Amino acid sequence: MNRVYLDYAATTPTHPDVVQAMLPFFGESFGNASSLYSYGREARAAITAARSSVARLIGADEDEIVFTGGGTEADNMALKGIAFAADGKYNHIITTSIEHHAVLGSCEFLENLGFHVTYLPVDKYGLVAPDDVRKAITDNTLVISVMHANNEVGTIQPIAEIGRIARDAGVYFHTDAVQTAGHVPIAVNDMGIDLLSVSAHKLYGPKGVGALFVRTGTRISPLIHGGAQERNRRAGTENLAGIVGFGTAAELARGTMTEEATVLGTLRDRLITGLLERIPEAQLNGHPTSRLPNNVNVSIDYVEGESMLLHLDMEGICASTGSACTSGSLEPSHVLLSMGLSHQLAHGSLRLSLGKWTTGEDVERVLETLQEIVSKLRAMSPLYKAPGRSAQ
Amino acid sequence: MSDEQPVYSEKVMEHFRNPRNVGEMESPDGIGHVGNPVCGDIMELYIRVVDHVITDARFKTFGCGAAIATSSMVTELVKGKTIEEALELSNRAVAEALGGLPPIKMHCSVLAEEALKSAIEDYLQKHPKPDSA
Repeated sequence: MNRVYLDYAATTPTHPDVVQAMLPFFGESFGNASSLYSYGREARAAITAARSSVARLIGADEDEIVFTGGGTEADNMALKGIAFAADGKYNHIITTSIEHHAVLGSCEFLENLGFHVTYLPVDKYGLVAPDDVRKAITDNTLVISVMHANNEVGTIQPIAEIGRIARDAGVYFHTDAVQTAGHVPIAVNDMGIDLLSVSAHKLYGPKGVGALFVRTGTRISPLIHGGAQERNRRAGTENLAGIVGFGTAAELARGTMTEEATVLGTLRDRLITGLLERIPEAQLNGHPTSRLPNNVNVSIDYVEGESMLLHLDMEGICASTGSACTSGSLEPSHVLLSMGLSHQLAHGSLRLSLGKWTTGEDVERVLETLQEIVSKLRAMSPLYKAPGRSAQ
Repeated sequence: MSDEQPVYSEKVMEHFRNPRNVGEMESPDGIGHVGNPVCGDIMELYIRVVDHVITDARFKTFGCGAAIATSSMVTELVKGKTIEEALELSNRAVAEALGGLPPIKMHCSVLAEEALKSAIEDYLQKHPKPDSA
């Protein structure tokens, strides 16, 4: 059976060109970039080239890119690194209730160390109000961390506006751009961003490599100590092949991003419209327009997400849910609950995220398959009363 | 999202794919209703009782794969049992009959046991002891 992969927000396949670009660095070009001889120099040159590709993707300078072991490490470094380098007076962090766990977990850790964290609410579309950000700033505020786009519901935040507020207040501004880098244009200078997290495997690069953009002049402590790699900001021999792959992926993304967003946006809208037309009592989660071009998130009432995923998987369709049942806890998605969804609707959420290799046929197949699955699950749901039948 | 993804046994998947005894029952002798939308699992279990023996059981469930599979299994296990025997059916027995459940899904088997007990209680309330008619 042909599989239909609709979980690009979880991870993307590594682009064949990226794989090709990486291969020599497992073979003849295996050097340690810290070595003085030719192998080392080749490795160093490859890393430098990759660094400038990643920098160009977000409008940064080469020197402002620190390669990390992924998006989670970048988020950790941004928040903890800024906190550890700060004067005692600056002990307040502003973030939102819908951040990725990499940010929320880092904030909780810093709270245990005595930092104060304000978690801003969002509206029903998952949007943060810039005015709430402004009002939350105190004399002690060190950093504001608001994600560029949410990984679950795809809502894109008014980052440039928040960046201006941060700049006016003289507060650092971090954004987790793991879902947007390579998909939505980013210009760190125009957007007033001081720190920005990226992950390679969300833009057709390899897993295990990411980057943190650190604006020149930002005071930040390293998380990992040891050698002088990454200009003393991240010790450890560089993940050479991974970094090369990341650079190639960034370069490819810069060329294809605009066109891909147009194509995916059309498929996304077909999928959303089709789902809402075919499945009664379903709703779109996230913002209708300020939304990632590849994100579909719906809640389907009376059915539970994991059951939908298992049935979709049996039909070869890969998707994701915000139901508790797949999170390892009993709580459904903190994002959906923050947006005011009931537990029942949060448990019935389904995320379909599209990508480079998604086709119109894929969309049709999902629409047909999901409609059948929902009918089947609703027929066995004690919450569902079929139309025309009176409730017990 | 954590790494603790549940991996279901073949038996669980088989009951999830083809759940036994799904649907409501016409005028059941006992109905059990357990769970709530907060935890994400709701089970309704219906039993038919003839001469103190459960002759039929059916269910409706809102929940994950394990919730559906345990509902299906408990209705299978309970058929033909006397009320006393059915009351002794434990969640572990349901889980074992399914070839085990991932640790984070054991609560689904607890819910299945509770649904059965709740249906039996409902039956016993409607049919008080002194040799029910």
